[in-house]
Amino acid sequence: MLHGYAASLLDGAWLTFQVAVLSLVLALVLGLAGASAKLSKLWLLRAPAVAYTTIVRGIPDLVMMLLVFYGGQMLINLATDALEWDYIDVNPFVAGVATLGFIFGAYFTETFRGAFLAVPAGQLEAGAAYGMSRWQIFSRILFPQMLRHALPGLGNNWQVMQKSTALVSIIGLSDITWLADQAGRSTHQPFLFYAVVCAFYLAMTALSSVVFNHLERRYSVGVRRSAA
Amino acid sequence: MIDWSIITDSLPQYASGLWLTAQLTVLSLVAGLILAIPLAVMRISPRRAVSGPVWVFTYFFRGTPMLVQLLLIYYGLGQFEWIQAQWQAGNAFWLIFREPYGCALVTFTLNTCAYTTEILAGALRTTPHGEIEAAQACGMSRLTMLRRILIPGALRRALPAYSNEAIFMLHGTAIASTVTLMDLTGAARNAYSQHFAPFEAFIFAGLLYLTLTFALVGLFRLAERRYLAHLLPRKAIKGHTA
Repeated sequence: MLHGYAASLLDGAWLTFQVAVLSLVLALVLGLAGASAKLSKLWLLRAPAVAYTTIVRGIPDLVMMLLVFYGGQMLINLATDALEWDYIDVNPFVAGVATLGFIFGAYFTETFRGAFLAVPAGQLEAGAAYGMSRWQIFSRILFPQMLRHALPGLGNNWQVMQKSTALVSIIGLSDITWLADQAGRSTHQPFLFYAVVCAFYLAMTALSSVVFNHLERRYSVGVRRSAA
Repeated sequence: MIDWSIITDSLPQYASGLWLTAQLTVLSLVAGLILAIPLAVMRISPRRAVSGPVWVFTYFFRGTPMLVQLLLIYYGLGQFEWIQAQWQAGNAFWLIFREPYGCALVTFTLNTCAYTTEILAGALRTTPHGEIEAAQACGMSRLTMLRRILIPGALRRALPAYSNEAIFMLHGTAIASTVTLMDLTGAARNAYSQHFAPFEAFIFAGLLYLTLTFALVGLFRLAERRYLAHLLPRKAIKGHTA
């Protein structure tokens, strides 16, 4: 099947999955940090977070990725020249994950910010009235409820993010799209191989929506649904 | 540090790239929106035979990367001998798919159409019951009701979500550069490879995209103020301060 390219495509699929999951982790961390900074009382924390979300969300992910990949290589070259080290190649895997995480961190920042604001202040005051510490209020009251409000938005962001992983093929990472391109060229059947890539992404996005539906049910325990 | 001559040298390329990006964005958004209106009406039909095919269309285009869709159409279609024969015969319709410009426009249109269909279908579903009952009480036919009540209302309610889609589309057109088109990203990649100056080339393109994004956001804000005026917070009436 697939003219002997099935194993190679499977490798590419695994790489794409890794890129997606690792950049999700990075984006979640950046998103939580960004949301905390944006909600901070300190202007010094708020201003860079506002700049981050505005600029990143205003530029195409491809342009950002090319900037990080080629620009990062140039910065490293300058650094290695100055320190008289050996030449270091920018790894397209690291560049891809870093860029996707950095871009989607901005979208996650907005999602988390809205979710933190959606938790009623009275809940936090009630926690304080019970004599909970700041950490207890955060971990027992604010965070679990914030997550419930954030989940639908996170699910949307994640769906967009998975599809953006295809861009890493442009900076030369041998993900499923890049391998399908190679296979299509050598067998003269590009349609077949791109169709396989489409099927892979459809499966991944379908699986994600199952997982997110489950999580949303889990975190909405005790929320009354409207009858409609 | 910054070598301005790289930017000034490539300025004509950036200008024509900007024009191509704007063209691709506007043409695909307009065509996608026009196609999405009837598809959204079909999508909310209670009959499976009507809503099913639309669901398959939106599911495919929303579940796969636009880059792969573009590659599938641009490189993939040439695999079929039947299409090659159409190209040989000079069939004007199929010749669209031999040019990168045509392929990009078709891909972007279908992609934005799929997202817009779901946005509009969601907005149609949230039409208040009272509006439908009032239309029926006035004796409107289903078509009149769609034209006068359902679609205008849904278009208004869809505006905030649609503005996000429009911005995604503007950014999405950057992948046109992967099929040899010289859009804004293509111009930046060209400037980079000529001068080996990634910062100048890509940051300048990024700034132009940022400007386009702000312009689009501003346009949609104006549109919201006009078409969603009834949702604006009420202004205090002069002389009646509470």
